[in-house]
Amino acid sequence: MFESGVVRKIIVLGVLALLWEGYARWLDNPLLFPTFYDTLSALFASVQSGQLVRAVSFTLVLLLKGYLAGIVLAGVLTAFASATRIGADLLEILTAMFNPLPSIALLPIALIWFGLGDNSVIFVLIHAVLWSVALNTYAGFRAVSSTLRMVGQNYGLSTFGYITRILVPAAFPSILTGLKVGWAFAWRTLIAAELVFGVSSGSGGLGWYIFENKNQLLIPNVFAGLLTVIVLGLLVENLLFKTIENVTVRRWGMQV
Amino acid sequence: MSLLSVESVTLEYRSGRQSFVAARDISFKVESSDRFIILGPSGCGKSTVLKAIGGYIKPVSGRILLNGSTIEAPGPDRVFVFQEFDQLLPWKTVKANVVFALTASGKFQRNDAEERAAAFLEKVNLTKFASSYPHTLSGGMKQRVAIARAMAMEPAILLMDEPFAALDALTRAKMQDELLQLCVDSRFTVLFVTHSIPEAVRLGTRILLLSAHPGRVKAEMDARGADPNRIHEMLFDGKLEEGAAHV
Repeated sequence: MFESGVVRKIIVLGVLALLWEGYARWLDNPLLFPTFYDTLSALFASVQSGQLVRAVSFTLVLLLKGYLAGIVLAGVLTAFASATRIGADLLEILTAMFNPLPSIALLPIALIWFGLGDNSVIFVLIHAVLWSVALNTYAGFRAVSSTLRMVGQNYGLSTFGYITRILVPAAFPSILTGLKVGWAFAWRTLIAAELVFGVSSGSGGLGWYIFENKNQLLIPNVFAGLLTVIVLGLLVENLLFKTIENVTVRRWGMQV
Repeated sequence: MSLLSVESVTLEYRSGRQSFVAARDISFKVESSDRFIILGPSGCGKSTVLKAIGGYIKPVSGRILLNGSTIEAPGPDRVFVFQEFDQLLPWKTVKANVVFALTASGKFQRNDAEERAAAFLEKVNLTKFASSYPHTLSGGMKQRVAIARAMAMEPAILLMDEPFAALDALTRAKMQDELLQLCVDSRFTVLFVTHSIPEAVRLGTRILLLSAHPGRVKAEMDARGADPNRIHEMLFDGKLEEGAAHV
């Protein structure tokens, strides 16, 4: 039984939870460090009252909007870069400039441009997603072998068919890497943005939920919020993207 | 009228600002059901000639006619089989690779394509691997899929660019026999590029000899009764190969 990775990891998790519970009881200061049990109860209570569910769905909807907008823009930028030399230069310069810039640093200026509300956050999310997706997609297209290109042209496909049915699948391993990195950036950026600026007060997301509960000194709820952020991040990164990887690049033997 | 006629074609390669001549003033004709071999040492521009016929490269002078009309762009009436093993689409199964080629080129409807793909995979003895992905196949099997795919498309002419060059000697000999059998059975017209004299003599009906730097036509001959030693002498003017002279 110890041979199974899942079993081992569950045991490690269990031990960590026990350590948490033990330390919190010993410390006996729920305002600084609530027990594991209190955190779980707060989590269930928040889920039951619908408060946490609303916060999560708010955050996810916002995230998807920014993510999709970023992907669309990345597609446009990549198409431009693949079609013209000046477009390639533009993409190279823009990514070199903006990739090292943490998205959250743009939030103050975004708030001035777009005001308090979803639009500022979406702007920042686009910045988080755009560069990694565009750069990886472009690199993926360029890495498609000349043999595969000639095979594709041999079939007499239209330009659109050639791109969607040959180039995109051939570059898919790189594109998926870009999507993964973009998602990771976007997720961290969004929570930080909600947390620090509280954006549209009252109807906020997960970050806002954590922020508000801290203000009311409902520390178990803060921990419940953090736990939710971790679990959601894990689900998307290790379950969703892993599954996509397993049925695509892994099955095709196209790992990069 | 010949099926394919190449008329004093000159081809250039461009790398950066420089361009150099890959093949100069090449002329030959391929008739229907020919197995026409272009034979020459590396650097004689034989692959470039094949790519020009495929429509990937435009001649700087001369013209190439297929069934009387000039070749402008790549198309499914001239299907390529490459030397590289990565010519199969890795995201499609063996059968899907063939089916996709048939439907994407608009030559066959979905149902016909399925049947046809199955039939041609049978011909190359790969029925068992129809639902495998290419990365699980050996090099020889990949080349057989590529050949099945090309033949299933029913092109006017098959363009083969050293398809067996990257295989081990045993597999290579076996594949040559298989290809020969397939061609004899279905009377395909094949244009086959190679640098191996035995392969040329074994597979071809006609052989075109090219010399190197730049590629020029040395001779054209019937493959039947051709003497490999004589071909070697003609290719290298009876002198030792450059490389061999240092040994």
